[in-house]
Amino acid sequence: MLRLEPRSTQSFAAAWLSPVMALVLTAITGGVIFLAMGKDPSTALYIYFVEPLTTTSGLSEVAVKAGPLILIGIGLSFGFRAGVWNIGAEGQYIAGAIAGGGLAVYFHDSESTLLLPAMLVLGTLGGMTWAAVPALLKTRFNANEILVSLMLVYVAELLLVHLVQGPWRNPQGWGFPGTRMFPDVAIMPLLFAGKRAHLGTLITLAIPFIAWFILARTRFGFTVRVFGSAPLAARHAGVHSHRMIWRSLLIGGGFAGLAGVIEATGTIGQLMPDISPGYGFTAIIVAFLGRLHPAGVLLAGIAIAVTYIGGEGAQISAGLPKAVTGLFQGIILFYLLAFDLFTRYRIIVSSRTTE
Amino acid sequence: MPDLIIASVMTMMTAATPLVFAATGELICERSGVLNLGVEGMMLIGAVFGFATAAVTGNAPLGLLMAGVAGLLASLIFATLTLSLLSNQVATGLALTIFGTGLSALVGFDYVGETIDQIAAIHLPVLSDLPVVGRLLFGHDPLVYLSLGLLAAVAWFLSRSRWGMILRAVGDSDVSAHAIGYPVVLIRYAAVAFGGMMAGLGGGYLSLVYTPLWAENMAAGRGWIALALVVFASWRPERVLFGAILFGSITILQLNAQAAGLGIPAAFMSMLPYIATIVVLVLISRDAIKIRLNAPACLGRPFRAER
Amino acid sequence: MKYLVKLVVVMFAAVLSLGAISTASADKLKVGFIYIGPPGDHGWTYAHDQGRLMIDNMLGEHVETTYVEGVPEGPDAERAIAKLAETGHKLIFTTSFGYMEPTLKVAKRFPDVKFEHATGYKQADNVATYSARFYEGRYVQGQIAAKISKSGIIGYIASFPIPEVVRGINAFMLGAQSINPDMKVKVVWAYTWFDPPKEADAAKVLMDQGADIITQHTDSTAALQAAAARGIYAFGQASDMIQFAPDTQLTAILDDWGPYYVKRTVDVLMGTWSSGDTWNGMGPGMVGMAPFTNMPSDIAMMARETAESIRTGAFHPFTGPIYNQAGELVVAAGEVAPDFPMLATMNFYVQGVDDKLPE
Repeated sequence: MLRLEPRSTQSFAAAWLSPVMALVLTAITGGVIFLAMGKDPSTALYIYFVEPLTTTSGLSEVAVKAGPLILIGIGLSFGFRAGVWNIGAEGQYIAGAIAGGGLAVYFHDSESTLLLPAMLVLGTLGGMTWAAVPALLKTRFNANEILVSLMLVYVAELLLVHLVQGPWRNPQGWGFPGTRMFPDVAIMPLLFAGKRAHLGTLITLAIPFIAWFILARTRFGFTVRVFGSAPLAARHAGVHSHRMIWRSLLIGGGFAGLAGVIEATGTIGQLMPDISPGYGFTAIIVAFLGRLHPAGVLLAGIAIAVTYIGGEGAQISAGLPKAVTGLFQGIILFYLLAFDLFTRYRIIVSSRTTE
Repeated sequence: MPDLIIASVMTMMTAATPLVFAATGELICERSGVLNLGVEGMMLIGAVFGFATAAVTGNAPLGLLMAGVAGLLASLIFATLTLSLLSNQVATGLALTIFGTGLSALVGFDYVGETIDQIAAIHLPVLSDLPVVGRLLFGHDPLVYLSLGLLAAVAWFLSRSRWGMILRAVGDSDVSAHAIGYPVVLIRYAAVAFGGMMAGLGGGYLSLVYTPLWAENMAAGRGWIALALVVFASWRPERVLFGAILFGSITILQLNAQAAGLGIPAAFMSMLPYIATIVVLVLISRDAIKIRLNAPACLGRPFRAER
Repeated sequence: MKYLVKLVVVMFAAVLSLGAISTASADKLKVGFIYIGPPGDHGWTYAHDQGRLMIDNMLGEHVETTYVEGVPEGPDAERAIAKLAETGHKLIFTTSFGYMEPTLKVAKRFPDVKFEHATGYKQADNVATYSARFYEGRYVQGQIAAKISKSGIIGYIASFPIPEVVRGINAFMLGAQSINPDMKVKVVWAYTWFDPPKEADAAKVLMDQGADIITQHTDSTAALQAAAARGIYAFGQASDMIQFAPDTQLTAILDDWGPYYVKRTVDVLMGTWSSGDTWNGMGPGMVGMAPFTNMPSDIAMMARETAESIRTGAFHPFTGPIYNQAGELVVAAGEVAPDFPMLATMNFYVQGVDDKLPE
């Protein structure tokens, strides 16, 4: 008879072993899928998991792709720890891009070096504003923040579409949706010539360390941790739940907004209808895979980014359809979530049934 | 003009039906205390397996059955992870959606561009020909009636049956339900499975009736809307119907307003369904006590039998 | 046009056999494609993929093709295009408007790779652009619709308010007006290229409002099938969709990219590729019409005649007098609307369209 018992202390071995076991099982399952599709499993697995990390341009692309995922994931993990379910980061990302990018649209012939920093600030504020709506409705009217934030994603998408084909449309753009290209001073400087990694990538990769510091070393971090583990106790200790809701959503929204404007100024250089390939949603998974811990989110963001880039490589060099990438990501997530069990519980084998 | 109204109502009903299926299933699931965010994925899995079955066998009702079964099987992955392996429900649900999107695209690869015989609207000899009410009451496709029937059954089950009471008890306080001796985990498995079956049927409705074709990602966010509907309905079946029709009708109305050339910017019109959901959500959530009457207290929390 | 292509290919083969170019099977030319959707959408991407397969069929001995599907416009596009260039593809077709800036960026990094961007307007030394004059087919459809419609109302499902779509609506309207000046076109903006249930909803709403012919500028077959379910006529989009609605489809505009793709590939093989802008219509065969079905023979005859006069260049759909919605004359009688700026950047409706163009 198997029985689960919560671990009183975190097991370091289990914390590292469980993702490794999940990866091994994923590789086996993936191999079977590839075999069934008539592809050589070892080649396909190599393309998916290893190849993106073997070239400098591959590494640069992994960093570029992981950046927004990590940034948003970190922001969300604060809220998730406190039990505030903001799943509308995609909308906050778009709002951030709109707010920050709007500045570059307005000052399109600017040469001021202040433009880019100002855009970053405005983008962050834009994301926070978008997240403030569910915070307000939750604290004032008790409206479920999952739904409000989710509905606002669609509103943000349509607002962006309206802006880029209406008031902000590029007058030289032949009537196509999209703003002017941002001026050079509003573009993130590249880190290496010929590679896409940019200053914004560096910022996003540095955030986990700052977040770790806040969580581990500040009073605010302490309240977040307490609130998440025992909301009632936290309330007795004087932590106000309304304040927690506001903070969680504003942090999540601010980070998502920052990610949005970094992406607009880093990889795109203008506003257009499709500025996000679903970063806001994928980041939710990244946050959970990383166990809401900054270091974990960093690793999880990189891992997910690798599968995206590997998936593209698999289309090109192995002719595997895009659908396989989605299926594969789903399977990896399932295994990781399943093995998560061992980090939180011990399995006790007992000879008699527990009664 | 009456013709336009009748026609619009008919269109709204078909727009509401997939939402009724999926939301009714999710309602039972959530009432048992489990939040499954994978509705979109299960709908897609239902849609593709339903369509594939119909395409291969030429039997659309069999396809619908398979849609339900496929949705159910997909939900069992979720149930195993969250109920037996105690994984986080939000993350697992999202993973199920990613998995379902990928799996359905892969399975559907060979069925893109296939055609099937649609499940047609019924026609009762005398009744369907009655003026006005004839079409409104007796002119829908059989699945509209099936969805309404299942919704009514769920409403009865929750409020009148003994097992419905037990299900609610499990969702409200898993610990005490366990203490009394109810098999909490088993009941939740059943609730999740029912939710999966209903999501699968909703997906099947899309690919077998709504638009008789298979296309990647054809649910296009309807699974998420179904999730919204459950909270919107504050976990009460009769309100699910109201919400589904409201949501379906706002979508149809904004298209109607466009077609009538009212001149309101189309992007803003398209926002309406989402903004309306937020507004109604605020209106019904304001009374915190009332909403708590129906909200399952243990929603989203993992349960592990202590002894 | 296909004969022309065959001719080009034959000539190419002749040059090869003379030993002008040596192509060992090991160093085949690699041609890459970036798709916005899945090749199985039976619409836009499907048509491009058919073009790719034509390269495979005709030049398979010398060329190898690859595609990356479902690449979203936005931050991911540049990476996918660059990846094709890095993996040795020497000719890359990027088949959606939103790939324009990423294509130009990658082209700068890979000067020895040739790029072809569909529907864009910015060229570079190694970036050519190409597009098709789909509006020619729309005009023919407008004429057919006006002949067949009894209610005098046509339902038009539009995707996004970009010049190509607006041009299509206007050409359709002009065609319809040429038969019956009082025809009405009702427009619904779906704000999507591909969402079958929503396209079906839009079709149903238009039919509810009295439209008895449905046409669409979205990619799935849903609208056509919704029309079939109610027993009214409709048009296919981007490819022949007759199998989905045998008793419903009147005709369909066919995107035929194959000949262009083969020609450009041969150009690269022979070293004669050069940048430029191609905007072809029925004449060179980039736009075709599916068989005229489900209509009386006299209407089919009329449609064939119109299509033929457009194909030969005897007639241009945007021939004046053309008035805008405000009633102002924008193209004088007997004149033809210029490609640039009017047609290429079209952002106004012609008189008679029952809609307000989204700003």
